[in-house]
Amino acid sequence: MFKTEKKLVGWHIAVALTALSIGGFFGPLQAWEHAGWNLYPSMQPYIASYYQGLTIHGIGNALVFTTFFITGFLSYITATSLDRPLATPKLSWAGFFTMVVGLVVALIPLFLNLASILYTMYPPMMAPWYFYVAMVLVVVGSWMSGWSMMITFAKWRKDNPGKTPPFQAFASVITMALWQICTLGIAAEMLILIIPWSLGLVPGIDVQLARTLFWFTGHPLVYFWLLPAYVSWYGMMPKQADGKLFSDTMARFAFWLFLLLSTPIGFHHQYVDPGVPAGWKYLHAILTYAVFFPSLLTAFNVAASLEIGGRKRGGKGLLGWVKNLPWNDPSYTAQNLAMIIFILGGAGGVINASYNVNLVIHNTAWVPGHFHLTVGTAATFSFMGIMYWLVPHLTGKAIMRKTALWQAWLWAAGMLIFSRGLHWIGLLGAPRRTMLGVAIENYGTGEWQVASLMTGVGGTILLTSGLLFFYVIIHGAFFSKEEVVVEIPVAEPLHDEVVPAWLNNWKPWLIAVFALIIVAYAPMIINLVFDGAAYSPGFQVWG
Amino acid sequence: MSSEKMHIDPYEKKFMVIGIVVLVVFAISITVAGFMLGIQVPSPSQLIDPNTVADSGPYADPGLKELSPGNYELYILATASPWRFYPEEVSVPVGATVTFHVTSADVQHGFKLQDTNINFMVLPGQQSTLTYTFEETGEYPYVCTEYCGVGHQNMYGVITVE
Repeated sequence: MFKTEKKLVGWHIAVALTALSIGGFFGPLQAWEHAGWNLYPSMQPYIASYYQGLTIHGIGNALVFTTFFITGFLSYITATSLDRPLATPKLSWAGFFTMVVGLVVALIPLFLNLASILYTMYPPMMAPWYFYVAMVLVVVGSWMSGWSMMITFAKWRKDNPGKTPPFQAFASVITMALWQICTLGIAAEMLILIIPWSLGLVPGIDVQLARTLFWFTGHPLVYFWLLPAYVSWYGMMPKQADGKLFSDTMARFAFWLFLLLSTPIGFHHQYVDPGVPAGWKYLHAILTYAVFFPSLLTAFNVAASLEIGGRKRGGKGLLGWVKNLPWNDPSYTAQNLAMIIFILGGAGGVINASYNVNLVIHNTAWVPGHFHLTVGTAATFSFMGIMYWLVPHLTGKAIMRKTALWQAWLWAAGMLIFSRGLHWIGLLGAPRRTMLGVAIENYGTGEWQVASLMTGVGGTILLTSGLLFFYVIIHGAFFSKEEVVVEIPVAEPLHDEVVPAWLNNWKPWLIAVFALIIVAYAPMIINLVFDGAAYSPGFQVWG
Repeated sequence: MSSEKMHIDPYEKKFMVIGIVVLVVFAISITVAGFMLGIQVPSPSQLIDPNTVADSGPYADPGLKELSPGNYELYILATASPWRFYPEEVSVPVGATVTFHVTSADVQHGFKLQDTNINFMVLPGQQSTLTYTFEETGEYPYVCTEYCGVGHQNMYGVITVE
């Protein structure tokens, strides 16, 4: 059963982990540079600069690893959760190969130092046109896999009229729908503005408009990373902890709210942009607060679901049940630690979103400190935990559980130290995306050096954890002899709830999504298109 | 079907109410701080042609301009060839109110005046504007906060308040 789907998710994971190993390799180099130990000169002529490494780190980890893992994982559990094979497996494979072609083509200019423009690809820095086309292919490939999931889901609904779809498939398809909608921004930026400009077909580019289209996608991108972890936290982890999903209905409600509220909030990444009026930024600030609400729902619902498990396993007292959670299971442990660290990431996120409070930390090292807790931990660390059951499930061979447990605790410890260092130095005024080892000499103080040392120490621990992760996965996939049967964890709802019809009806939600996006974005985008701002030619400023 | 009511646990209801109250308090706080106390994010001030910005107008000769006693405008041009701000050193008397106008002649830059709320993107085509009153003497570094090429970490200047 699900032979094709297994092959599909296996290949997605293989490419995702290749990207993570390339992107992750540069992480410690950045952390060490901050701490005053710059290894980049020794990498010449292969890697020209810190910033080339930083570009590969961001694109490899945050764009390529995540997209491949998420696409593969969600495709697989959509099929298994609906208990039917993907309706259009060829479309899924076509999507996969489109993404692979995009990745391979993008790697060439990245390693030749022709596209050291970081993952935000801000114009008027200009990379070769085929780099942008390659990035478009990665996104379009993920769309195709998403369509395949949606077609499968629609067929299930047709065959099961009036029935509530299983949570895992439902949440996966919402995540992919969110991705389709929000990537319209970056698609417009690439196809209308950047690619014609990089081909020399038009004389220049409107920089403020390009930024606005980028961040149309840039914030919901965060939810594209996070929601697959939520699928596991709601739909799988309660089962791993012997618990049940506390409220299936509220879980579905939260996913609808994410679909509704993730996109019309992009200006909170542009609070300090000169070309967007304060009133529009304020509107998006308020809507950003609104999207915290479904995350608060998630915190309650997931914690309550795990508590059911902890108590069933013999836990007593107000918090005593926490001890009884399956801390000997690396898959569970990694995800539960990710969840706890995400509380800090979420709290930092509220600060970032807070309009004028944001002035204190905007563009400082605080921001990468924040997103290493969110995409680098809540998402990536959860994905590692998921792979600790998914890889044995696919191969039928056990992983080294003890080593995997060490990996999990080291990741948590390393990330807390590393991220604390970046938050701290950011509050002191250190800019993000900067060779801080040099900047400290230029305009830092003694206190900066203590904070940067923390990033170096934390980065070293993360490197150790990362190496253990790859060791566990490679050993489990290719060398392990111990046979196991691992089933997909599927959390049952606590109550036999009847899900209200309005939580099963796509049309009103989708209408509301587009209506809110039009209200929050259309006037400003039209204004930027017609405001007569001067166009910029392309620049190559990375040596 | 639509008559089915959603089941919400009483504890969850309380949690939701607390969550909403906290978010509303935050929203009121940023609103009061922004629109009554004047701690504001930048708004559009002027469109600038980056291709001619260095040739004419205020950015051809950037620097401090006194409008009236204690009141100044400071024009700063950011460039990536070489990576620097023009000017890199500015002196103002304590108590001076300075309106910062910053733009870019090439790629995107950032501008952050350390230990103040002056923090904005510097984009080609746009002028970024915010105002600050210097109540204390000392040195205030201003640094580029957006990646602008391999010399980005060397891009900074200093305002000396005497």
